Formats: sequence, structure tokens, C-alpha cells
Amino acid sequence: MNVPAIELKGITKTFGNVVANKNVNLVVNRGEILSILGENGSGKTTLMNMISGIYYPDAGSILIDGEEVVIRSPKDAFDYKIGMIHQHFKLVNVFSAAENIVLGLREKSFNLKQATREVQKICDQYGFDVDPSKKIYEMSVSEKQTVEILKVLYRGADILILDEPTAVLTPQETEKLFAVLRRMRDDGKAIIIITHKLHEVLSLSDKVSVLRKGEYIGTVVTAETDEESLTEMMVGKKISLNIDRSEPQDSVDRLIVRGLDFYNEEGVKVLDDISFTARSGEILGIAGIAGSGQKELLEIIAGLLKPQGGDILYENPETGEREDLGSKTPLEIRNMGIRLSFVPEDRLGMGLVGNMDITDNMMLRSYSKGKGFFLNRKDPQKLAEQIIDNLEVVTPGTSTPVRRLSGGNVQKVLVGREIAAMPTVFMAAYPVRGLDINSSYTIYNLLNQQKEHGVAVIFVGEDLDVLMELCDRIMVISSGIVTDIVDGRKAKKEELGILMTMGEDKEEEEGKEDK
Amino acid sequence: MIAGFIHRAVMQGIPLLFGSTGEILTEKSGNLNLGIPGIMYVGGISGVIGSFLYEQSVGPANIKYLPAILIPLICSLVGSALMGLIYCFLTVTLRANQNVTGLALTTFGVGFGNFFGGSLIKLSGNDVPSITLTATSNFFRRTLPFAGKLGWFGKIFLSYSFLAYIAIVIALLASYMLRRTRVGLNLRAVGESPATADAAGINVGQYKYVATIVGSMIAGLGGLYYVMDYASGIWSNDAFGDRGWLAIALVIFAVWRPDISIIGSILFGGLFIVHNYIPNIDVSTQELIKMSPYIVTIIVLVIVSMRKRRENMPPASLGLSYFREER
Amino acid sequence: MHQKTKHVREPLFHIVKRDAIPNWQSIMIRVIAVALALLVNGIVILAVTGENPINLYITMFDGAIGTSRRFWSLMQNIAILLCLSLAVTPAFSMRFWNIGAEGQALIGGFATAFMMIRFGESLPTAVLIPVLLIVSMLAGAIWGVIPAIFKALWNTNETLFTLMMNYIAIQLVSYFTYVFSVPKGSGQIGIINRSSRAGWLPIVNGNSYLVNILIVAVLTILVYIYLRFSKHGYEIEVVGQSEDTARYIGLDVRKVIIRTMLLSGAICGLAGFLLVSGTDHTITRDTVAGRGFTAIVVSWMAHFNPFYMILTSFLICFLEKGAVEIATVYGLNDSFSDIITGVIIFFIIGSEFFINYAVKRNHARGEVQA
Repeated sequence: MNVPAIELKGITKTFGNVVANKNVNLVVNRGEILSILGENGSGKTTLMNMISGIYYPDAGSILIDGEEVVIRSPKDAFDYKIGMIHQHFKLVNVFSAAENIVLGLREKSFNLKQATREVQKICDQYGFDVDPSKKIYEMSVSEKQTVEILKVLYRGADILILDEPTAVLTPQETEKLFAVLRRMRDDGKAIIIITHKLHEVLSLSDKVSVLRKGEYIGTVVTAETDEESLTEMMVGKKISLNIDRSEPQDSVDRLIVRGLDFYNEEGVKVLDDISFTARSGEILGIAGIAGSGQKELLEIIAGLLKPQGGDILYENPETGEREDLGSKTPLEIRNMGIRLSFVPEDRLGMGLVGNMDITDNMMLRSYSKGKGFFLNRKDPQKLAEQIIDNLEVVTPGTSTPVRRLSGGNVQKVLVGREIAAMPTVFMAAYPVRGLDINSSYTIYNLLNQQKEHGVAVIFVGEDLDVLMELCDRIMVISSGIVTDIVDGRKAKKEELGILMTMGEDKEEEEGKEDK
Repeated sequence: MIAGFIHRAVMQGIPLLFGSTGEILTEKSGNLNLGIPGIMYVGGISGVIGSFLYEQSVGPANIKYLPAILIPLICSLVGSALMGLIYCFLTVTLRANQNVTGLALTTFGVGFGNFFGGSLIKLSGNDVPSITLTATSNFFRRTLPFAGKLGWFGKIFLSYSFLAYIAIVIALLASYMLRRTRVGLNLRAVGESPATADAAGINVGQYKYVATIVGSMIAGLGGLYYVMDYASGIWSNDAFGDRGWLAIALVIFAVWRPDISIIGSILFGGLFIVHNYIPNIDVSTQELIKMSPYIVTIIVLVIVSMRKRRENMPPASLGLSYFREER
Repeated sequence: MHQKTKHVREPLFHIVKRDAIPNWQSIMIRVIAVALALLVNGIVILAVTGENPINLYITMFDGAIGTSRRFWSLMQNIAILLCLSLAVTPAFSMRFWNIGAEGQALIGGFATAFMMIRFGESLPTAVLIPVLLIVSMLAGAIWGVIPAIFKALWNTNETLFTLMMNYIAIQLVSYFTYVFSVPKGSGQIGIINRSSRAGWLPIVNGNSYLVNILIVAVLTILVYIYLRFSKHGYEIEVVGQSEDTARYIGLDVRKVIIRTMLLSGAICGLAGFLLVSGTDHTITRDTVAGRGFTAIVVSWMAHFNPFYMILTSFLICFLEKGAVEIATVYGLNDSFSDIITGVIIFFIIGSEFFINYAVKRNHARGEVQA
């Protein structure tokens, strides 16, 4: 009988009142690559952090080679020869590659030169190309990742966990990485790779375990499955939600986006030639795997980020003129009289200030109105009371700091405020993430109301069922590319699922052309 | 005369060197310990208490070399280690704000020094407001036997007491430790990115504790050197002055490198006494010259932040406390 | 390796961040902290004096408020400390670590002294005092804004910068005390305008400290209003709480940093004015006497709330005066009070941990595999 390298039984972890993992089971054997598949927020990373000693599980047990173990710290994890390559690299920027690799080791002698030689040996063995004396801050993303992998290999890890390793890599780099991983598997290492890219799962792994919303869905053998059934496991069966959807009335173009390009700080192209039109009286859904550029797109429209190319035109309903928002700051947009509301993904870190009370949060975007030196708290106070009444916010009062409210109530406060600004364009990123059913419906209804008032609504969502029942049109983004814009009433779940991963293939083709 | 100047500059610089080496070790662990001035006071007075009690118990004429050196040395180390322990317990274990804790520690430490200083002065029944430990100091101030015979060379390089050489050795060792050893590598990682260090299996809390306490002990020796050697065994309250803050300035000036700190301390020391060597200088101008170390420090700080050369920047997590499950 | 695992058990405790605890609980934690600190101090005092601690605390009360003169002197001390605490608060609310209050106040005080010496004979007091006020605040503001500009432009570490500015101010004042010294070369300025009293804050109702105290009382309310009710105060709060939110609402963070440090420095300058024009009527390098640093602790302990600062600055000044009295009565020296205050502060800042974090005991589940 084959004893698994690592086995998880009934792992549960909660943060406050958020359940990140609920009763998760996993088995990985030596000489095997296991993919963990799931949408963002499905608890993949949290789960892996418990194996690598960053978090400590609330319940459940971890078995290594059939024996129950306790992993209290990353050091314990190393002792069990577990190595994790985090999505956000854990490297010291001012150190060289070699220094990062030997960091934290407890060998008796300390000899960087010898370590460098050994690192070189591993590089040769697996075909890595990296200069051990180069400083991390001078490195490209893929070089940094190579250092991370070298780090765990140098420590002799035989259980490797990679958290979304391809998110930052070019197709060629991804291929190289996969070749390395296959070589390691053949060496008898157990490898766990977290991903949400289906074709990677299919081309690389031996088994796939699927998580959805923190829950363990199941494990299948890769050879016996296909894209459709994996998509279904990941996103779930189509469920009827009975969200009302009216026909758009007197729809006109409101926001025209043309050829938007955006590179992030690391120089990675996040948005590639994005073009679409948001129309009044309509909900435009944006579907896509999290991190495909949705966040950046909305922040660019709101004026928080500057695009490197493309136009954003706003058609003013009062004058009928088109105005360019491309390089305007949020303040300038507001001063132009354009009422653009934005519910960002990070509610308490960006949309609201957690330590301020509801009233004070009401005036975040409007406090500077009026000439006086002093704040006007009367109107925000009234607004707070209205929102609490209308949206049934559960709170002891208007002077409660918003961080003390539950997730649903926080979101009602934020959405309520943004709606109260009487917007002509309303953007919301993942507005129902982490919310219970009732609160979610409140939000859907509010979006619908906005639509009926003639607002152009842009809704970034992750639940395909919701997108399909709420939106008039659905734009699918994959790896920063618009793969298609489909009719929300006719869209099929499988079709959306495939569109969501198509950008990678396009990118790959382009990559091949480059060669 | 130049030899004499350098000699005095080094004497002035040694307390600063102890202080800044200690503070560099501490800051490399991510702890900005503004308690260093207080710790140096405690280091000084603890040594004074130890040697006072020893001199009183056997009589100043009968003291012997080894205990006369060891008793104050150990007292000083213990006193400043305890101060470092208070700082660590509050900022590392209880995650209190580092600036506030450090400043409170300085208030406490200076108060502690002056209180016991004042009490001892009273006990000794002196007419002048100071304690004189000449006998002990004479042991501390012993220089190399052939220092006086080698002219300017001896004056510049050999004419100091053992603590001065220890200061330089510690600075060089610290420099070597930070750059060339595993412990140094781990320590720098803790100060740069505790989350990375933690993920690499380094016990972040332990490193912060050890670095800060050892750093405090080194800084405390600066206080001891000042009383026993520089001030010839005479403790008077507040005489140590702002040297602790100057030591913190020196850390920035030396861009967090103890070896540069050796040169920096002599430079700062020189600026402190240069007025004695310029003819016809009036007292007011002396005060302006004493300002220069701080101005030079600010210029270094600004240039470093403008050039953004990563190696010269303060440790990235300086001043922040670390909590693993922060989300 | 795997043999070892059998002995590994779960950690006994682990620490988690608390959401929020009821007000009464957080007050209780602080009260317990102060009580423990007084207990420890009692033991320390007992060890040093050998006297019954109760008597000692009675002595402290006597020293702090025993006579009318002592009472007013205590009030005056509180006023200055409170003024400096109010000054650093706007910067702290913005998470800008201005530890340069000492220097900013000293420069303000110096500006006052300079103007008193220069214009004491030429300007009538009614004109001179407003001039002193403005000049001192301007001087403090300049001293405070220099580090802020570098912070805004190049993100230069403000803690270290403001710290260094303190000593530049101290040396500068040292220099001028020699330049203006009376008699020449003594290094002391002495009482300025002793006979004409030009530029001295007036004695009201026979009390020379009353004007100081009233100014600070008004200032407390103004700072509270500024932070709580003005648009500026709101912006400070947003910048301090979350840079992302500041970006989201389109705030110019650099402008806020510079403006706030101008204010913070100006109030420090005002404290300097009160010290020179209202209290000492002279200037030395030690005029501020470390209060710029103590103010940081006072503001921090009060959670940046001006009204709580009345309480915390009272606590510190009361202990100081009381301890000085104990020192006098039992023949100790004045620095004794720094030890007493230090202990109290350690306990209070340590107690914050128990308000923000909870220590949880792990369940016995780990025993199974032991």
C-alpha cells in the first residue's frame, strides 16, 4: 500500500467570522503533481499556508508519510521537507539570490561561495538560468520565482507547493517551469500547484482537487476529466437565482472605452487593447478569473490609475457632448460634474475607512463640497440614517465604526453611499463577495434600480450564475484581453467558462509569433 | 598638535562608536530604539554603582586590577541589558509603539542615572556635586606600555585604554558579523522583511530580542567608557549630555555600517573638540561647530532617500512591529 | 526526524487580533495598568525611603497641590505639556512621526526671546505681544515643515529627520545665548526686560500663569474642533488611516502632509512663546527640558484625543511634582520623578496590547498525539 506523502483530513480555518476553509481533505503521493483548482477566494492559498506553517488550522489534522504532525511555524514545515513558493514572493530585496537561498538555514559552516556552487549545481540539474550573485531588486519576476524555487530545492524539500506560479510568467517561461516541475516529479517529489487556469491543469497535473468557496468539492484523475467537467466543479451547477431582469429602456452610449493599455509597476501588461461601451439603463457584467485586469480597468475609469494608451470617453447626458476622462484625477472628474460612482473591491481598505463611523464614511467623497472651513455633518448624518433605514443596515447607530459591522452591512453602507451620489455611471467590483444570500439580493435589487433609473452600471462579478441572470451584456476578460462580449440572456455557463481562459491561449499564440 | 587633536577626537568618538554600533545591531533587527541615550546613562551609572560599592568596601587604596575592572564592567552590562529587555518586552512581545517606548525609556534611563548619581554623591559626602572614582579609573585608563615612547605614532594609535580598542574590535566584529555570517544574514532579513525571515524559518522574535539586548549592552559600554576613561572616573549628573542622540545620528551617517561608524565617530568626536585647536575662536562659534554633526547627518539622510540606493536605506521594516497572522 | 514529531505539541497560547472590545473593558484595562504601576512605584519608593507607601502618596498630593502656589505651578506645567501634546497630535493622526516638538518649541521660544531683546524698547507691549506670537509660531512652523517637505518629495524618514532638527535647534539657541549673553561671555541671557517687562504676558488677577493656562485651554478646544469638525482634520484622518482611501477620494497626500506639519510646528512655536514670554522670560538651551518628547507619550496615551490629553498630561505632571516633593522630603534628588513617570508610562503603553490583542489558550486537542 502506497503511503501518501502528505494528507489533510478535515482542515477548517476561520478568520473572524469568515470561513476560509471548511473540512478540506487532500492526498498527494510522491512522484505526483496535484493541481488545486478554484476561483479566487475559494481558500486555496489559506489551505496551503497551513501546510507551510504560516497559519495554524482551527480543526483537522495533517499527516506526513502516514504520521500525524503539527506544523506550528515555517521552520516545522522545513523539517518535514515541505517547501512553499508563495504567490507574493518572500524574498529580501536587498539580498542577492544566493543570500536569499541560504537564508534561515542552520548548517554549521557558512560559506556563500560554496552555497553558490551548490545552487549552480541545482540550476544545471533542472535547467534554471539565474545568476546567484544578482540582487533581487534587479531581477525580473520570473528570475525571482526561480530563486524561490531554488530556495526550497536547496533545502532538500520533497513536498513542493506552488501558489499560482504562472500568474506572472510569459508563456515561454511557463513552459520552462512546467518542464522543470515534470523533471522534479520524475525525481519522486510530491508537487502541489495552485492555479485557476484549466489548460495548465490538464497539461501538467496527475490529479486535480477542486475547492469552491472554502469547501472541498472533490478530486479527479486528470486523464479521466476534461475542461467542461472541471469548469463545472469549479463554478458549480447552474442554479436558478430568480433575480428580476427588466428590458433596458432608452439605452444610449454613456461610456466609451477604446484601446486601453495598462502596464503595472513590474512592467507586466495587465490590460491589452480593451474596448467596450457601457450604455445607460443597462447592466454590463464583467466576467473573468480574478486578477485578469478587472480591478485595474475600474480604477483607470475612476481616475485612480493612468493608462499608458487608449481613450475613455464620457457622453454627457445633459449636453450630449463627449468628454475625455483618460488622464483625469478623481477630483477633476468630480469637478467636471460627472457623477461616477465606484464600489471598489477592497471595501474597508479603499471604499470606506474602517475606524470611522458611518456618518463620517458617508462624506468621504463629498466632504469637500461647499466653501466653508468646517465639515457639514448634518447631511451625511441624515444620509446615514436613510441608508440604515432603507437598506436595513444592522448597526447600533450612525456613530458605530464601520469595521465593527458585518460584511453585508459594510457593503450596504458603501453601495448606499455611492448610489446616493445620483450617479450616471455606477461601477461595482465584486459587490457581493463574502455576503450572505439576503444581503446579496439587496445589492442585486439596488443595481437593478440603478439600471431602471437610466444609470450605466458596470458590474464585475465572479459568480457566473449571477452574471447570467443580472446582466444585459457580459464582457469576458481573460489575461487582460476582452475575449468576447455576449448577450446576458443567451449566454451559456460553459461558454463563459471557456471564454474566461481563452486569453491565455491568445497570449500563447502571440508568444509563439514573437519567436 | 595634530596627533594631540586626533587623540582627543578618538577619546570623544569612542562613546559614540559604542552607542552607534549597539544601535545599528538593534535597528538591523527592525527595532528603532530611541531609548539608546537612556541606556547609555544606565550603562554608565551601573558601572559607577558597582565600582563605588567595591571601592567603599575595600577602600580605594586596596582595590585590585581584576575586580576593579570586572565589577563595573559586569554591572554596566547587566544594567543596560535590563533596559534592552524592557524595550523588547514592550515592543516585541506586547507590540507597543517603538517611538513612544524608546522615548519613555530614555526619560527613565536618564532619570535613573541622575537619581543614583545624585544619591551616591550624597552618600560620598562630597563638597562638589560629583563622585570621583580615581582609583578605578586609573585601572581603566591604563594604556599600552610603549605608547609614550613612539612619538606621534604612539599618540595616535596606541595611547588609548582597553575599552577604546574593544569598541573598535566590536565595531569590526559587528561589521563582519552583519556581512559575512549566517547570523548576520538572518538578522538583516528580520529587519528588512520579517515575514520573509519568518517564512524562511527564522525565529523573528528571538532575533529581535537578542539583537536589541546585545545592542543595548554594547551601547551601555559607551556610558561606562565615558565615566571611567574620558571623564577620569568622575560622574556628575547630566555630564554625559546629548551623546546618546549623537550616537543615533552616527547610525544614519554611517548608513547602518559599523565599520564606517569607526571613521564617523572620530569625525564627530573631532567636530566636538575642534574649537580647542582653532586659535581665537569664541565660545559662541564653538556651539555652531557642535551643530555640524547633526547637519551632516541630515544631509546624508536626505541624499540617501533621494538616491534610493537600496543598500544604504534604513532597514525596510524599521519601526514596525511584526504579527504573523496579520491579514 | 519523524521520531521527534511525537513530542511536538501545539503551542500553548496563540495571539489573535481583537475586533473591538467594549469601552468599559478598555478603560478597566488602563485603570488596572495604572494601579499596577502605582503598586510597583510604591514598592520602589518603599525600597528607597523605607517609608509607609500611603504616607508617600499623601506627600505626593501635598507636593502637587498642597499649596495654592504649588497648585498653580502644577497647572502651568500641565498647560505647557498639553500645548506640546496638542501640537504633535495632528501629525500623529496622519501617522507622521514628528518627534521634533522639542526643537520646534525651542525655536519658537528663541524667536520670542530674540524679538523681546530687539524690540523690547521700541514697541509698546500691546503691539509687541501679538508680534511675538506670530513670529514664534512662524519659526516653529518653518522648523516643522522642513522635514515634511522632504518626506513629501522623497519619502525621507521623518522620525530621524525631526529628531536631528531638535539638536540643530538646541545648538542654534546655545550659539545665540552666547551672542546675546548678559554680561557678555557669560553664556546666559538672564531675565529679559527685567524692569520694563516688555513682551511679558500680563499678570491677571494676581496670577502670572493664568494667561498661559487660558491660552492652552482655548487651544485644546480649537485643536479638538480642528481635528473633529474641519475639512482639514477629516483629510488628516483619512491620510492616516489609509493611503488607498486617500487615493480613492482624490486627495493630494503631499499637500496634507506639508500643511499639517506647518500647523504642528506652529503650535510647538506657540508653546515656546508661552515658555519664554509667559513663564521663564529668558531662554536657555534647556528651556523646553525634554517636554517635547514627553508630549509624544502624552498624546499617544490619550489616543490623540485632546480632552483625554488633559488627563494624561495631568497624570504625568502630577507624578512629577509629587515625586519631586518626595525627593525633597526624603532627601533624594529630583530625577526620582523621571523613574516614577517612566514606570507609569511603561505600564500604560504595555496595556494597549491587551486592548488590541487577545491571548487564546489552545484546546487540549493537541494532547492526543503526545
